[in-house]
Amino acid sequence: MIDTSNVSEKTVNTSDLIYKYMRPEHLPHIWCPGCGHGIIMRDVAQAVENLGLDRDKVVLVSGIGCSSRAAGYMDFNTIHTTHGRAIAFATGIKLANPELEVIVLTGDGDASAIGGNHLIHAARRNIGLTVIVMNNTIYGMTGGQYSPTTPRKAFGTTAPYGNLDRAFDLAGLAYGAGASYAARGSAFHTQQTIQMIQEGIRHQGFSIIDVASVCPTYFGRKNKKGSAVDMLRWQKENSVTVEQAKKMTAEQLQGKLVIGVIHQVQYPEFTFEYQKLIQRLAKEREE
Amino acid sequence: MSVQKELVINTAWCKGCGICAAFCPKEALELVKGKARLKEENACILCGQCEQRCPDYAIYVKETEGGAEQWVKPY
Repeated sequence: MIDTSNVSEKTVNTSDLIYKYMRPEHLPHIWCPGCGHGIIMRDVAQAVENLGLDRDKVVLVSGIGCSSRAAGYMDFNTIHTTHGRAIAFATGIKLANPELEVIVLTGDGDASAIGGNHLIHAARRNIGLTVIVMNNTIYGMTGGQYSPTTPRKAFGTTAPYGNLDRAFDLAGLAYGAGASYAARGSAFHTQQTIQMIQEGIRHQGFSIIDVASVCPTYFGRKNKKGSAVDMLRWQKENSVTVEQAKKMTAEQLQGKLVIGVIHQVQYPEFTFEYQKLIQRLAKEREE
Repeated sequence: MSVQKELVINTAWCKGCGICAAFCPKEALELVKGKARLKEENACILCGQCEQRCPDYAIYVKETEGGAEQWVKPY
């Protein structure tokens, strides 16, 4: 059972987990019926509960977009920042106080288009952030424009004849840029995603968890993917694990969702290295 | 000390997406007038699959402590 003794008395009809880690006065949230973001936000709360982290030592940073509303709903130290700059703000917070667990909740457009530069450089720097990308493959809040993760040939309001560009593989992009932990989860696979978020938080260094969300309102409707249930069922039926994917050919992997830990390596973490530098220079000064 | 479990549906928060009903392993849930509802009292096995995937936190397995005497076998 979840210990809610340190929170005020329960006044709304919801589970202990939600009551402890969210701001129930702001719920129900504004996301559409069946939006995958709600599922992923619960995964984050569950991961923090499983790790037994102190809520006062956790900072949630978000940018702009549907996904970034999450910082308003979750009851940690939260900051809702400007578009694409969530990782930049998070870098500042982590450097100012390295003992905080800084978690970035961001969307695919926020992380890879507007804030793409921040993403790759934070990954290269290997700073101890945990970036959770709620990847719904479209700009939901502004009306369904295609984003860098929209699959090729998929439709959006700005791609009425199908998208010509290939989609970014966010976990692969971060890995290529130097992230020391990169994983992919999905809204359907809640247990695996919770596990990956836990590993990402515990990991020393930059960790990214690219979570495939569902957007039944824009992506689903534009691409005739059906309801939220159909989209989640698609994730269930078309996902393969990283281990299985290694044995499959490129053709077999077409249209599949590869979930699991893509890459994990131990590499010196930035704030730790920075503290070492400060200590070394202070010592040299004394001498 | 035992923990008693029961399924709770907060219809005020339910948006009627149908995810809980679709992924219930016992098919114990249904949508009535756009809100989730338990078909039969004993059909639910309290597995929590619906709670994990409800995007609106409107369905959950409530755990209450106590009620130990109820679980003591009378023989």
